[in-house]
Amino acid sequence: MVITNPKYEEALLRYNKKIAGASVEDMVLNVGPQHPSTHGVLRLELITDGEIVKEVIPHIGYLHRCFEKHAESLTYQQTIPFTDRMDYLASMNNSHAFVMGVERMMGIDKDIPKRVEYIRVLVCELNRIASHLIAIGTYGIDIGAFTPFLWCFRDREHIMGMLEWASGSRMLYNYIWVGGLFYDLPVGFEERCRDFVEYFKPKMVELNQLLTDNQVFISRTANVGVLPLDVAINYGCSGPMLRASGLKWDLRRIDNYSAYPEIDFEIPIGQGLMGKVGDCWDRYKVRVDEIEQSLRIVEQCLDRLQKELKRTPDFDPRAKMPRKTIPKAQDYYVRCEGAKGELGFYFITDGKSEIPTRVKSRGPSFNNLSVLPELSKGVLIADLIAIVGSIDFVLGEVDR
Amino acid sequence: MSFDDIKNLLTEKLGDTVITGEETGGLQPALLINPDDIAAVCLELRNNPKTYFDFLSSLSGVHYNDETNRYGVVYHLASIPYKTQLTLKISKAHPKESNELPEFKSVTPVYRTADWHEREAYDMLGIYFEGHPDLRRILLPDDWEGFPLRKDYQNAEFYKGIRID
Repeated sequence: MVITNPKYEEALLRYNKKIAGASVEDMVLNVGPQHPSTHGVLRLELITDGEIVKEVIPHIGYLHRCFEKHAESLTYQQTIPFTDRMDYLASMNNSHAFVMGVERMMGIDKDIPKRVEYIRVLVCELNRIASHLIAIGTYGIDIGAFTPFLWCFRDREHIMGMLEWASGSRMLYNYIWVGGLFYDLPVGFEERCRDFVEYFKPKMVELNQLLTDNQVFISRTANVGVLPLDVAINYGCSGPMLRASGLKWDLRRIDNYSAYPEIDFEIPIGQGLMGKVGDCWDRYKVRVDEIEQSLRIVEQCLDRLQKELKRTPDFDPRAKMPRKTIPKAQDYYVRCEGAKGELGFYFITDGKSEIPTRVKSRGPSFNNLSVLPELSKGVLIADLIAIVGSIDFVLGEVDR
Repeated sequence: MSFDDIKNLLTEKLGDTVITGEETGGLQPALLINPDDIAAVCLELRNNPKTYFDFLSSLSGVHYNDETNRYGVVYHLASIPYKTQLTLKISKAHPKESNELPEFKSVTPVYRTADWHEREAYDMLGIYFEGHPDLRRILLPDDWEGFPLRKDYQNAEFYKGIRID
């Protein structure tokens, strides 16, 4: 096939012309793809006038690993490890979303044992804490605070250790399977997890004293990169990014999936305590508050898992696993609250094979990042780094 | 608003030809929309106080690979005030040996998030969105040949003179 119509090339020519034309009076500055503050391999092309950023053109795709193409040639169970590699800082949340979608299409989502659901929520929330810890720690380092980064990584290491104990892997777990789990939690996990919660709570107070209320940090982030709510919604922002703009929108409450309806937790939103609602400090603060809420969820899960949902010798987490995963022919879009926002998978199945016809993944980071050009018009270059850090994207999920 | 109410509302506001059918077999019902009207439908659904579908969750390009070689786009809308979801579908037959790309209207003026999603659909499936402000490839390099998520995609033998094994 030879594509001849010149209009398909128009946008590319326009872009090339813009870059070539801009360099006469303004400076074109590349940030990334190997710049540490881009959190991976994001390349930002800035058109700058002195220190002022006139325009940002993000270039993504350096970490594109063909998730959708892979998913079209593998069975559902085989695709789960690939979902882990999308948002590699919160792998459990990814596989949870994917697995939930497949289970609903199979019609077995109501048969999943309560203990399995609670374990899933437990590991997801632990992983969410780990993900937010990285967001906070690396945000500090972007702005010039080195200590919080080390503290966050020290505490995250405990979570990594626990999840490794459960699944055998430190980051990419492949723990949640269609119809169940890889294994039950190891004996003693609940106790160790409770110890961690007790250990971690005072550490959060310390972290708040060190970073949240730090005047230097506040000066760098408050009133910077203010994202109004209507813009956030129109750009499809979700998760902490949307909540920081002042909207109580959390799919764990809206859709009430898995064990979340039985769990009590608050949804923190940005209140503009240090500046305007929706600035970088609010986005940071929402993550800090969410860690506290996640700890509450973890505690409630542990309560249930240690009392009425205790492990029994004959409990088999793979009991409900279908022998053949063949959903009937349909389309289904599943969404759930990942660590970064609304994580969605769109399946098209033909009802005959174990391999889906089409899988589209809607990564929250992809949408959250797309607001960056709008957010950083006319800011200083140093503020751009603060804005990029506050979005908290993972390039594995942006590029998939 | 229920699915049927939305259907009635759209027929009432935009005429009988807007909705070409519906799919209610699966867990999520979907409305099939006339491809030319998709931007108007999205604008109406977003602005109407009875629906307020203000959040575009996902936009997926699809190659159906049936007898007529259909290409389609699926829109997953969500309403934040009403906490509802809606699926819209458009599709068009496209001759296999055509040198043109299948063309649809862009919804970028309605939902800015569609910008990157449509670029992705263009990149992966070669769907051209008319009226898109900046339709360049997004995930693949600008000089990539072919559209990888098409069902008839053949892996290239060479990339810039280097043999791909």
